[in-house]
Amino acid sequence: MGLIQEIDYGTPASTSEKQVTLTVDGFTVTVPEGTSIMRASMEAGIAIPKLCATDMVDAFGSCRLCLVEIDGRNGTPSSCTTPVAPGMVVHTQTGRLKDIRRGVMELYISDHPLDCLTCAANGDCELQTQAGVVGLRDVRYGYEGDNHVFKKNDGAENFKWMAKDESNPYFTYDPSKCIVCSRCVRACEEVQGTFALTIEGRGFESRVSPGMHQLFIDSECVSCGACVQACPTATLSEKSVIKIGQPEHSVVTTCAYCGVGCSFKAEMRGDELVRMVPYKDGKANRGHSCVKGRFAYGYSTHKERILNPMIREKVTDPWREVSWEEALTHTASEFRRIQYQYGRTSIGGITSSRCTNEETYLVQKLIRQGFRNNNVDTCARVCHSPTGYGLGQTFGTSAGTQDFDSIEQTDVVMIIGANPTDAHPVFASRMKKRLRKGAKLIVLDPRRTDIVRSAHIEAQHHLPLKPGTNVAVVTALAHVIVTEGLFDEAFIRERCDWDEFQDWASFVALPENSPEVVGQLANVDPEEIRGAARLFATGGNGAIYYGLGVTEHSQGSTTVIAIANLAMATGNIGRPGVGVNPLRGQNNVQGSCDMGSFPHELPGYRHVSGDAVRDIYESLWGVKLDDEPGLRIPNMLDAAVDGSFKGLYVQGEDILQSDPDTKHVAAGLAAMECVVVHDLFLNETANYAHVFLPGSTFLEKDGTFTNAERRINRVRKVMAPKNGLADWEVTQKLAQAMGIAWNYQHPSEIMDEIAKTTPSFAKVSFDYLDKMGSVQWPCNEQAPEGTPIMHIGGFVRGKGKFIRTEYVATDERTGPRFPLLLTTGRILSQYNVGAQTRRTDNVMWHSEDRLEIHPHDAENRGLRDGDWVRLTSRSGETTLRALITDKVSPGVVYTTFHHPDTQANVITTDFSDWATNCPEYKVTAVQVGASNGPSEWQLDYDEQARNSRRIATLEAAE
Amino acid sequence: MIMQPASTEIASRTAAIVQELKGLEGPLLPILHGIQEEFGHVPQDALPVIAEALNISKAEVHGVVTFYHDYRSHPAGRHVLKLCQAEACQSMGSDAVAAKLKQLLGIGFHETARDGSVTLEPVYCLGLCACAPSAMLDGEVIGRLDDEKLDEIVAEVRS
Repeated sequence: MGLIQEIDYGTPASTSEKQVTLTVDGFTVTVPEGTSIMRASMEAGIAIPKLCATDMVDAFGSCRLCLVEIDGRNGTPSSCTTPVAPGMVVHTQTGRLKDIRRGVMELYISDHPLDCLTCAANGDCELQTQAGVVGLRDVRYGYEGDNHVFKKNDGAENFKWMAKDESNPYFTYDPSKCIVCSRCVRACEEVQGTFALTIEGRGFESRVSPGMHQLFIDSECVSCGACVQACPTATLSEKSVIKIGQPEHSVVTTCAYCGVGCSFKAEMRGDELVRMVPYKDGKANRGHSCVKGRFAYGYSTHKERILNPMIREKVTDPWREVSWEEALTHTASEFRRIQYQYGRTSIGGITSSRCTNEETYLVQKLIRQGFRNNNVDTCARVCHSPTGYGLGQTFGTSAGTQDFDSIEQTDVVMIIGANPTDAHPVFASRMKKRLRKGAKLIVLDPRRTDIVRSAHIEAQHHLPLKPGTNVAVVTALAHVIVTEGLFDEAFIRERCDWDEFQDWASFVALPENSPEVVGQLANVDPEEIRGAARLFATGGNGAIYYGLGVTEHSQGSTTVIAIANLAMATGNIGRPGVGVNPLRGQNNVQGSCDMGSFPHELPGYRHVSGDAVRDIYESLWGVKLDDEPGLRIPNMLDAAVDGSFKGLYVQGEDILQSDPDTKHVAAGLAAMECVVVHDLFLNETANYAHVFLPGSTFLEKDGTFTNAERRINRVRKVMAPKNGLADWEVTQKLAQAMGIAWNYQHPSEIMDEIAKTTPSFAKVSFDYLDKMGSVQWPCNEQAPEGTPIMHIGGFVRGKGKFIRTEYVATDERTGPRFPLLLTTGRILSQYNVGAQTRRTDNVMWHSEDRLEIHPHDAENRGLRDGDWVRLTSRSGETTLRALITDKVSPGVVYTTFHHPDTQANVITTDFSDWATNCPEYKVTAVQVGASNGPSEWQLDYDEQARNSRRIATLEAAE
Repeated sequence: MIMQPASTEIASRTAAIVQELKGLEGPLLPILHGIQEEFGHVPQDALPVIAEALNISKAEVHGVVTFYHDYRSHPAGRHVLKLCQAEACQSMGSDAVAAKLKQLLGIGFHETARDGSVTLEPVYCLGLCACAPSAMLDGEVIGRLDDEKLDEIVAEVRS
């Protein structure tokens, strides 16, 4: 296998179409205009020595190692900063250059410790490599005099020496090894866009400084790892490398956190994961990463991970560890018993957006083929089901229209109800890069998120709308575009139904949809709405990115439709730089929807009532399929409370923590007779489970994830499952125990079945993905290389459909008892219910959920920052600590839901989207008051959770 | 004793200066000059205020402030005496001048007299090489330093 070595071209690629031919050391090379000599030379296979250059950041020209000589030019220009010219003749190795380089290197080494053999970077140090390349044999200057290397010089304190900064949990900063190449500073600025680092001082005093001479952990650093990756020495080193040593082989795989789907090299030593390094060929991330994907994989070996199957009679019993066979046989017989006793539709399952496409496909297949019903649902129910519905209705496909690269050609970015810098950080970095290059930004969000204003980024328009008024505000944008004649008539006439457009236009033009009226009810300045609409309609390529702030409302689907209307009306569909892009939450939530996880749809979004579709599966699976949609998650829980639904197989989802109205979920689960939880940890749902099947991590299995841009990425196994079986094997064994003859030897066979039965996946296979790197569906005969941009030339459904979007205020309203609106979201360092990130050092950044409250609202209630507060809604109450900030508007409070002891979902109501039942997490009327500590519910819950997590020891079981 | 303003006061006075100058092209250096003029140094508490107003990071402001020796992190004495230590002045005996001055003032380079009367600093070239050794007192250059001129300088800063 060996380590995957990526070529470092030294400077970024040029996008110019014009080609230039030059000669490097006698070899002719042709490159795009604007390419550096350094890169051109590397293209020709000649590596010019370098230290400060790396192709993730722009040329800097400070190390003076990459000098070259050019015929007809004076001096020795640096090859990284000198662009190629036609007919140029370059020499990379001459006597003069060799002398200069050796002299430069001598100076570097004269202030660098010579502890190579015990250095963490030994074997992966560019300084070491370049010293070898330039033939350094001697350092004439010695270490006498000033240096940064030694703590003491001749017994006296050396004030130029600085201690290591070990404050970040994942990497160290050792100033004594720094050569001040500024690569880390530039990576932080250009790649990540945080600007947390600088070079302080000048000359010999120059040092890398996080923030204002602070520790890394105290600075603005977001721990994305870009600086560590850029560092050519051991100055910035992963602690895991320091602890373990250099990796010896690597495997390209896909991150299992958010919907960006970053490609990483899992660098291994044996079956031990040394580090995750973002992969430059990864088309979603282009070599970048965030704190979660890069560093937060420690959960896979956390002590709380369960590795043995367990069963128990009653949820009040302690768990009993059993063999796989016993667990699966028990489960199968329980499910069959329940079906016999309560009917075919009394059991169901929930697929996981955290698992692979293949595993998800198997779970829905088990339910449809084995349980013989359609009672399958997935967590997309609670996040992007309105996207599926809304985009399906208007455009004809249930997915985003663009690839992530499209952002590089966008002129106006509109972000609605999404917080990309926290929830989709790698894409946010790419977005910020584009914004720094001049693209304009419009943000619709009740909170002033970091993308609204942070170093070098500022939104032209921030509409801090009142939670629950999305439809009204987006329709008001359309009102301005229609009434001011800013719509793209040619596009609409060609691609959409003109009559439908006119009907819609007459609707949005109504006075009640004007910014002046809407502004009143949404608490937004009407002029801002008008300005935003004008900018979006006339600013060039306009792209809309949205998140759960759009979908998780009682009118979630309506907002998605309103967004689609807006894009169609302005002609922003069907080419690079535009489009409608849901930022999907989970690594494979797109895939789990694609794979037929919904109760009404077979894989590929084909309704179960379609005879032709059912025929495909009936003939393949040899059973008659139910033609009626099954139960959605909330329906399953309702049915359980009613007594008609008794058994549930939950793979990799924690519905008790993540679904709304926790008490109702708990009641539903408690009413069931066999709840099977298949997960890495004893999650909250497992408190009500009778069978626990240990799961495997993304590192332990083969498969595919589909990200938010419909990109099918390979997940590759780098170690054996610690629990013994990959998740797909567990599902297969459960099916076999239920008497279904499955015999998949490898996940690739499952993908082959998917490809055979699903037109949009027709050409997908593991071999093809290995060859292509990744593809975006649809990938079939019509689009053999996949489809980066959808709806080019025409909509999938034929004509784009304009649909009226009438604003109906949610039933959840503020009043005297509950005067504030609560909305919820994520934070950078934590991920969703936190099952994984809470079990990593990421807790250093966010150890508890806090309630963000505006200073006015806090003062009215006599609250100070950090006080315990009681948060009460019509559904329930919880307590947490307050964080006073003007990021939220007055009247709005905000919290995250990463920690189970906060139980934010005790507060949320059971209102949901009219079309898809997606819960209204984003709007809950609440009251906030001072509190002394945890609520009664929290104490009870804690007690119950502790009890239900008991695992019987061998002695106790006798 | 030199009185230092409280951090909230620094923030509000900084904000006023930033507000006045932020419209300039490349406003950071003029703002820092304005702040040094206001406070006699660039207080650390001013940096986040500048960063926030210009929408750049704190690290960037810190990098610029620390790059220029003229931006002080602490208040200077009532007078600032800069003595050239660059090559031309060295060849004309500036080392001896420095030693003499340090003795007369009772302080070393980068130090302020205990009574707050004067701060002594090295400077690397005042562009006055033809009149070396040279110095600058409160912005006024003085050439051809000799014992007499040193006595005058000391008398002035002590007065």
